[in-house]
Amino acid sequence: MKKLINKVDSIVDEMLDGMTAAFPQYVKRLEGFNVLVRSGGNPGKVALVSGGGSGHEPSHGGFVGRGMLDGAVAGEVFTSPTPDQVYEAVKAVNGGKGVLLVIKNYTGDVMNFEMAADMAKDEGIDVEQVIVADDVAVENSTWTTGRRGIAGTVFVHKIAGASAEAGLSLPEVKRVAEKVIANVRSMGMAVNACTVPAAGKPSFELADDEIEIGIGIHGEPGTHREKISDVNGIADKLLGKILAEGIYAAGDEVAVMVNGMGGTPLMELFVANRHVKEVLDSKGIKTARTYVGNYMTSLDMEGFSITLLKLDDELKKFLNAPADTPAFVQF
Amino acid sequence: MPGGIYECISLISERITANKDLLTELDREIGDSDHGINMARGFQAVMEKLTPEDTDIGATLKKAGMTLLSKVGGASGPLYGTAYMEAGKITAGKTELTPEDMKAVFEAAIAGIQKRGKAVEGEKTMLDAIIPASTAFSRRLYEGADMAGALDAACEAAREGVEYTKTIIATKGRASYLGERSIGHQDPGATSAMITLEAIRDYIKGK
Repeated sequence: MKKLINKVDSIVDEMLDGMTAAFPQYVKRLEGFNVLVRSGGNPGKVALVSGGGSGHEPSHGGFVGRGMLDGAVAGEVFTSPTPDQVYEAVKAVNGGKGVLLVIKNYTGDVMNFEMAADMAKDEGIDVEQVIVADDVAVENSTWTTGRRGIAGTVFVHKIAGASAEAGLSLPEVKRVAEKVIANVRSMGMAVNACTVPAAGKPSFELADDEIEIGIGIHGEPGTHREKISDVNGIADKLLGKILAEGIYAAGDEVAVMVNGMGGTPLMELFVANRHVKEVLDSKGIKTARTYVGNYMTSLDMEGFSITLLKLDDELKKFLNAPADTPAFVQF
Repeated sequence: MPGGIYECISLISERITANKDLLTELDREIGDSDHGINMARGFQAVMEKLTPEDTDIGATLKKAGMTLLSKVGGASGPLYGTAYMEAGKITAGKTELTPEDMKAVFEAAIAGIQKRGKAVEGEKTMLDAIIPASTAFSRRLYEGADMAGALDAACEAAREGVEYTKTIIATKGRASYLGERSIGHQDPGATSAMITLEAIRDYIKGK
């Protein structure tokens, strides 16, 4: 394993210090915790807290700032943060209008965030939560853990964050977040797996001509593997599964995210996006806004995911609202 | 159980740490490559918190549970943390456990894990080791075995439970995303549960 690190055990700690050193105008670290909060404090609005395992940078600390998150909790690599850390974040960002937790749908994340929410409620803090489950690679069922939360989570941060910035109440911000969740779908693939620093070797092995379809963002294997094809063909497969959900129709307006998994050249993401646009155009689906880049990564994994979000007037307004954070600037 | 909760948890910690790479490797196959790392980190923190003066079994289990909860993360943190804390609740003030107390510890830990994780037997989780172990423990006690004998039966049942996890599809936890591809792999959580039970048995037999 070759990595640009000092000690495996101190990666998360050192990364957070490096982020606060780079972006003091946006974020500061809660003393003694793996939590980044807005350096200017809460301007008196509903606060948003998200987080999860580390290794998904710029998620989630990179989205702390005006118009998105108020706090981000960083767990160990690919490991949900613990309840005490989330609880500290909630306490720190609460400005009296309540706190919305944006949780990605993983067993550990849900358990740890729920325990933190219980602790905060005991303290009299108004806490609500939403669970993002946008990954269509995983079948939804009452009997399983259900779909994972992946890159679509960034649209929840953006849009719910803008609604909170606009002064909406906690129940309203939650309603907006849930509307995003109901209308956002994603699917990803990998050309090469990632290497968790503490594990020291790739989380799965692929032959030179193989790709893994339906991967998540933790190096967990996907739904199946197959021979590699050209990127148009791969994008067709991912998009096909997303469109098969039946929520995007001719005449609809969507926001698109072509998200890199951390080790993918932007050049390739743009090539993929070119075809995504062609397919959407051919189906009469209007692209209102497109984001191409590394938003929800999986360490050094090579691959990408496609996310579609169906917009209505309200979602479009909040999507287009300004945001000013380390990794998401839009005016 | 004779006294010595500190020594017993020390042995669990030692065994978990010794099996860190195995647990991580099992998790690499069907999960996210961190189970051994997280559990070892958690138990290292537990051992930093506990001292040989910790003799109240309930208070010590509670302290260990709180530490696991705040240091392990993932799903294992809340699940093991809750198991230890629930076991601590019903052993408060005790410095020794009878076999009947141990039976109650099993049951309280299982109830805590099920409440937190919303899982049942057969979903390829730690419960597939612990529930059969608990049942075997109770049955052997009923048949007249002593604590050590009943724990032998429990460990044997846990080992069979771990083997059984190779044959089933995961429907809870991160391995559930693999569907049928999870078949053939042994569950890391069931494995760490088995290692814990074997450490408890070995501690009791070694006294």
